[in-house]
This record gives sequence, structure tokens and C-alpha cells, in this order.
Amino acid sequence: MREKLGLSKEKIAAARSLAGAICAPVLSFIDGHTSAAVERATLRLMGADGADREGVPVPNLAVDALRDRLPGGAALWYANALVATGSSVGELNRKISEGFDLSRLPLADAAAARAKAEELAASGLGRVAANRAAREKKLADFAGANGDPLLYLIVATGNIFEDVKQARSAARRGADVIAVIRTTAQSLLDYVPYGATTEGFGGTYATQENFRIMRAALDEVGEEEKRYIRLTNYASGLCMPEIAAMGALERLDMILNDSMYGILFRDINMYRTFVDQRFSRMINAYAGIVINTGEDNYLTTSDAFDKAYTVLASQFLNERFAYAAGLEPWQMGLGHAYEMDPSIPDSFLYEFAQAQMAREIFPDHPLKYMPPTKYMSGDIFAGLTMDTLFNFVSKATGQGIHLLGMLTEAIHTPFMMDRAIAVDDARYVMRAMASFGDDIEFRRDGIMVRRARDVLDRTLGFLRELEGTGLMDAIAAGMFADVARPKDGGKGLDGLVEKDPSYWNPVERRLAAALPIR
Amino acid sequence: MARIVRPYGDTLDDGKVQLSFTLPVPSGARALEAARELVLGWGFRECEIAHSAPLDDEFTFFVAYAKTERGIDFDAVTADSGDAEKPMAMDDINDFIRERIGRKVVIVGACTGFDAHTVGIDAIMNMKGCNHHYGLERYPMVEAHNLGAQVPNERLIEFARKVRADAILISQVVTQKDVHLENLARFVELLEAAGERGRFICVVGGPRVSNKMAAQLGFDAGFGRGTYAEDVATYIVKKLAAPAR
Repeated sequence: MREKLGLSKEKIAAARSLAGAICAPVLSFIDGHTSAAVERATLRLMGADGADREGVPVPNLAVDALRDRLPGGAALWYANALVATGSSVGELNRKISEGFDLSRLPLADAAAARAKAEELAASGLGRVAANRAAREKKLADFAGANGDPLLYLIVATGNIFEDVKQARSAARRGADVIAVIRTTAQSLLDYVPYGATTEGFGGTYATQENFRIMRAALDEVGEEEKRYIRLTNYASGLCMPEIAAMGALERLDMILNDSMYGILFRDINMYRTFVDQRFSRMINAYAGIVINTGEDNYLTTSDAFDKAYTVLASQFLNERFAYAAGLEPWQMGLGHAYEMDPSIPDSFLYEFAQAQMAREIFPDHPLKYMPPTKYMSGDIFAGLTMDTLFNFVSKATGQGIHLLGMLTEAIHTPFMMDRAIAVDDARYVMRAMASFGDDIEFRRDGIMVRRARDVLDRTLGFLRELEGTGLMDAIAAGMFADVARPKDGGKGLDGLVEKDPSYWNPVERRLAAALPIR
Repeated sequence: MARIVRPYGDTLDDGKVQLSFTLPVPSGARALEAARELVLGWGFRECEIAHSAPLDDEFTFFVAYAKTERGIDFDAVTADSGDAEKPMAMDDINDFIRERIGRKVVIVGACTGFDAHTVGIDAIMNMKGCNHHYGLERYPMVEAHNLGAQVPNERLIEFARKVRADAILISQVVTQKDVHLENLARFVELLEAAGERGRFICVVGGPRVSNKMAAQLGFDAGFGRGTYAEDVATYIVKKLAAPAR
């Protein structure tokens, strides 16, 4: 993609270095802490699985029992139980689900327990690495078959088996990515439900079994269509690291994994969120999963024209946190959206300029582009027109991941036919515009060039303000998305744990050693 | 006097209707005929299947045009909405409050239960409003408190007591499988149990909310799609000023 905007390289570099300075104190806070969810994810990668009769998952039973020992990490105690009782992982999980309390066993042989934990961590991460290799092979086998950008479609029936039918139909129609939207409020559960589920509201529970069912269905339809169909789920919430662990174990390809979304839009405690996002992103980095960030949310809650700079600022912060978790640029699906008020004259030019700006500032990142939702009114015909312009901008600016707009947005979760209309519209526009982006240049002092410069300038101003205030204080003061979140407020603070010098986590150590953490 | 109206295509009383739907059958001649007969079975007089396409092996999409002879007596219809009367403009509402109520009107709003979609309550309450209709925070004579999303009923009521609210607005966006109904009913039950139902004007809003549904649940009014702050404010201030309260 040729550059069109003439953005100042110095300003872009200054923004990146400000993002580094803003994130640095948060990163050192993260280094000193773990959380219940981080420990549960660690145990999941070591093999903890299953649930008791009430549906409480084994990782929760284990970590809750070890509550007082979490400053040292849960891994050693899980392995200790295996060594002390001579059980297999499956047997231990069953015992825990029947009420066996891990904390009641004294540490018998520390060296043996550590060796056992290392073995389990190696085995879990080995499965993740094998999944990554399997994905890479399929992508190589079907090279060139996916759309550019990838067409991303959502299914949300509440019933995983109904979701499979919808997903299969969408994939056959041309979808490259299937996202299974989670049931309302799953992000507020401090556990991940167990098993296949058929009841959800506005979406389907994210469970490991549901991941497995959808993965198998998409692999099947992918073989028929000679195209790799990517699977996506959502990690924001109180179980961010566990969803990432389950996704890594079941070969998800993308995960919604914003560094601040949970704080701002779900009122989850900021300390907890920052700690959880780091570990979840390390898992995603290792698994070769592409993260998607949630900047579109800034535009649905605030004005898309006035607040465009908050999107760019958040992209710089998400990028910095992603580097610090070992993600590479090709894994950073930074978010943005086409949400401007359609009654603004030249709104299309501003959207086009901003999408091009994101592309030029983040040239190696796939960029996740979100469709109009805020001004979708129930007029399905006007909605399709807006989606068409969105499709145009996406193709013309080389976006990587294109979430298809639905003409029935604001009416219902998509019908099968709504998705087909969306795919057909996008494929037509993208075929018709195939070389448009390479064939045009922007007027040097035109509306679009000036808009992009203006947004970058405002972003720099905002980042300077953030650096002065400090990120956590800025969130507490309501500088993001017009919501103020007190540092000690929100959900999940009780699951935050300060690490002891003795803290030991073989999964984290292996991840840190394998990843290009910057 | 009856005034019968029918759908209008390009000629008065031609009764033309456009439909689109999906059937769980493979596409083909049989599917086309099935769709046509189905539309006729719904009572339409003519049906043309303008477009059909397979969505999957077992699903076919149709666009159909049909003609109906059924009409409706428009004069006999009454609107189902708390906003049936024309809303006042923002400045007029503030003047009305100054003259007829003589103090600021306190309005508390929230998206309750598990619903995390603040788009509705924000459109009504935020300073900026929606579609160039300013929200209640911009009204000088309104003290507006927007508690945001996922607010438990108990907390909303407690807050309304604390600020001595005149009205409580609840937004419900997620309505799949009627998850919102139970939560709304529970809100009214809590107020009734505390003997405080009469203390607040209770209003519910959302894309799938109707005034009829609101009344059934024990709310004073319900506002659906296309509602702006002035619709809600007009209703509240008139009800506050009405002598019957």
C-alpha cells in the first residue's frame, strides 16, 4: 500500500515513545502481581479441567483452595498433589471435583513437584505449539483462498449446535472468520462454564467444549471449501487468561483481547484487567493467535468525529502492551470503526482518511475494521447503503479483518439471510474496488490529508496529557470514553494477588523464554 | 366515518407488499413453488418470487412481491405509545418546569440487569444526546443522573431515593428470548414491596419496548425506537405537573 497522507514520521515516532512512557509504570505494576484468573489459566495449561456437580470448574476449585498460597503461584501445589498422591492428571481433576482440597497436602518433595509441574507445562504448551503448526500447515495448503480483507461474521444463537449450522452456511457463502459472540454478561463471571451449552442470551457461552465443537465444524467445512476458516472468541472480562488458554488448546485463530476494554466498558477493576491482559496476551502470542482490540467502542459511546484521536491513542497503547506480551505486529488486529454521523457532510472522506491513517501508521498490523452500528436505525435499506460505503473504505485502504455490517443491525441478531446479503455486498464491492487503493493519490492539502494530520496532532496532545497524568489516574479521571473508573472500584479486585519473591510459574517462564517480549 | 387504507405500491389500493424470508429447503423449482404457495397461504392474492438463492445446501432465500386486499380503518386506530402527543422542544420544557414545577426535576437513568448496552440510555441522557437531539444532562432545569450499564435494580432504587428522584428511566437493549421482562417485573415488585411505587414516575425504553408492554409490567410509560430526550422529558414534566398525582 503506497502512502498517501504524508504523515510526519517524527510525530508517529513521538507518539510511540509517549506510549512507551505511559505504559512503563503499568508494566512494572503488572510484573509484581498475579491474579486468580492467571493462576487458573496456568493450571488449565497444565491439565486442570472438569467441574463439580454444581458446575464449579476444577481450576476454580483448585485456585480457591490455594487462595492463601497464590503469592507463590498455584502450579507447584497442583503438581505437589500429583506427586504426593501418585494420581494421574485425570484422576486428580476428578478428586478435586469431588471435594479434595489441594491445600491440605504439605509440600512433600519440592524438587519432584517442580519437575512434575515443568513436565505438565511442557506438555500443555506442546499441544498449543502443535495447534499452531497445524494452523500454519492448513494456511499454507489453502494459500490465497481467503478474502483480502478477511470477511468476519458473527454467530449468536445461544445454542452451539445452532451456531454450527449458521457458521457453516456463512463459511460456504464466503466468510473467512467466524466469531461466536458470548452470552450477555459472561465477561462478568469469574469462572468459565463447563461443557457444551444450548442456552444463552444474545450469544453462546464460551466453553472449551463449545470451542472444540465449532473448531471441528469449521475444519470440516474448510476442507470442503478449500479455505481455512478462522475461529474467534472473546477474552475480555474476568476470565481473560483462561479464555486465551482454552483458545490456545482448541486452536482458535483470533481472540478479542483489549488491554483496557474491560475496565472502561465492563467496569472490571483496572489492576486486575492490566495483570490479566498481559498473561492472556502472552498465551495468544505463543499460540500464534491474532488479537483484536476494541477501539470501536470509543466511537459508539462518544462522538466518532470529535473523538477519533482517542482511537489512535488507544491503538498506540494497545500496541505497546502487545509488544510487552511478546505479540508480533502481524498478530495485532488493532481496532477502529466506521461510526460517523451520516448527516455530516464529507463524512465518507473523514472515514476514508482515518482508515488510511491507521493503515499507514500500523503498516504491518492486520487492523480490525468495524462496521456502522450507532446510526443503524432499523431502516434496512439505508443500513445496506452505509455498509456498502464501509466496505468500499475497507478495501480501498487495505484493512486486514473486515467485520461485516448487517442491514438488520439494531433489530435482531443476524438471520441467515442477513449474513448472505452482507457477504454478497462486500464481495461485490471488493471485487469492483480491487485496485482502487493503489490507483489513487490524495490531494496534498485536501480534506483527507488535513483530517489525518489533525487526528494525529490531537492524538499527540492527548498522549502528552496522559503521560503527565499517568494512565491509571487518567482512567480514574474519565479521560477515556467519558467514563471514570476508580482504581479500587469495579469487579474482580479481590482476585488480584501481589507476588511473593518465591512466586513460581513454569508456564509463564516458558512463555517468557520463547517470546520476543519488548 | 371509516377510512380504509391498504398498502401502496404505485397506485392507490393496489395492496402491494414486499417480503423476504428463508425456507429450510434446498433451492430449485420445488422451493420456488413452495415459497409462492406459502405466501398465498398467508392470505395474499398474488405472489411473484422476484429472487431466490441458496444460502446453504438446505436453505433458500426468497424475495417476494405480493398483493393484499385486506385494509384497515385508519380512523379507528389509536397509537400504542407514551409519546403519542407531540413533544415540546428543549427550551419549552425548561420553561414549563420553571413555571409549573418551580424546581429542578430529578431524573435517574440506568441500563439494568446484565444488559451492558448503554447506547439507549446515553442517547436520552448524555449531554450530547443523539441525532442532534440534546440529552437530559443539557437541560438546565433537569438534574440528570446516568448510572450506566449493568446496574442492579436494588442499587438503582437506592440511588433514586438518595437523590430524591422524580422519575426513573430504565433502558433495555438486549431482549433476546425476553430476558429483560423478568428483570423489569422484578424492579416494579421491589418498589411495590417498599411501598414506593407511587413515589417515582417509572419509564422503560429500548428498541423493542412498547407502551403497552410497559403498562403490563407496571411502568408508567414505555418508549420504543426513535425516541429522543424531549419525548421522555415532555411525558415526565406533564405527568409531574398534572394535578391527579
